Amino acid sequence: MKYLMAFAFLFSLQGCTTTQVEPWEKDLLSEDKMTFGSDAIQKSYEQHTYFSKEATSGGSGFSGGGCGCN
Amino acid sequence: MVRVLFALLCFLSFETQAQTFAIDNYKGKVVYLDFWASWCGPCKESFPWLNAIQKKYKDKNLVVVGINLDKEKSKAEGFLKEHPAEFALFFNSEGDLAKAFGVKGMPYSVIIDKNGRVVHSHIGFNPDKIKEYTTVIEGALK
Repeated sequence: MKYLMAFAFLFSLQGCTTTQVEPWEKDLLSEDKMTFGSDAIQKSYEQHTYFSKEATSGGSGFSGGGCGCN
Repeated sequence: MVRVLFALLCFLSFETQAQTFAIDNYKGKVVYLDFWASWCGPCKESFPWLNAIQKKYKDKNLVVVGINLDKEKSKAEGFLKEHPAEFALFFNSEGDLAKAFGVKGMPYSVIIDKNGRVVHSHIGFNPDKIKEYTTVIEGALK
């Protein structure tokens, strides 16, 4: 059991060895389908509802001053 | 400094995918290395300018070398059909040259003077900074 736990611990250590994506490896990440909410109209509608309800304009990357005037 | 030396060492002796990228071919010339990929937006913008500087400074011994970092060469070829390159091209899908030169973003440009020293590098391509880039190139060509 002790060995098994040691093995499980050591095995888990290698899980985070290659976390960094190099700049030249971002080809797939740069595709439209990799963005959250790739439908622009749907996204702006959701954003409008969100910041109107929560009074948090800019809370999720939406640009604006947060004045609540729109 | 260490990084520059390391990059130069790699530059001198790198063999990638059976192609040798040796500085001997560019001895006495100023080399403008441009790391690019087909999926990179600013790279598209930079190509007409790279063509222009290669044409303008060819007689003054400037060599523009585009290093493509696409995983699939076919994507790069598709890009080149739309954005033709009138300068030397090198394909490095393994990315080892990018690693050696410490590419931090795309595109990434490195200017190497006649003595093989890295004199300048910048990330991205900003049309507003063309004057700055040109000053460095002209300084290296003197």
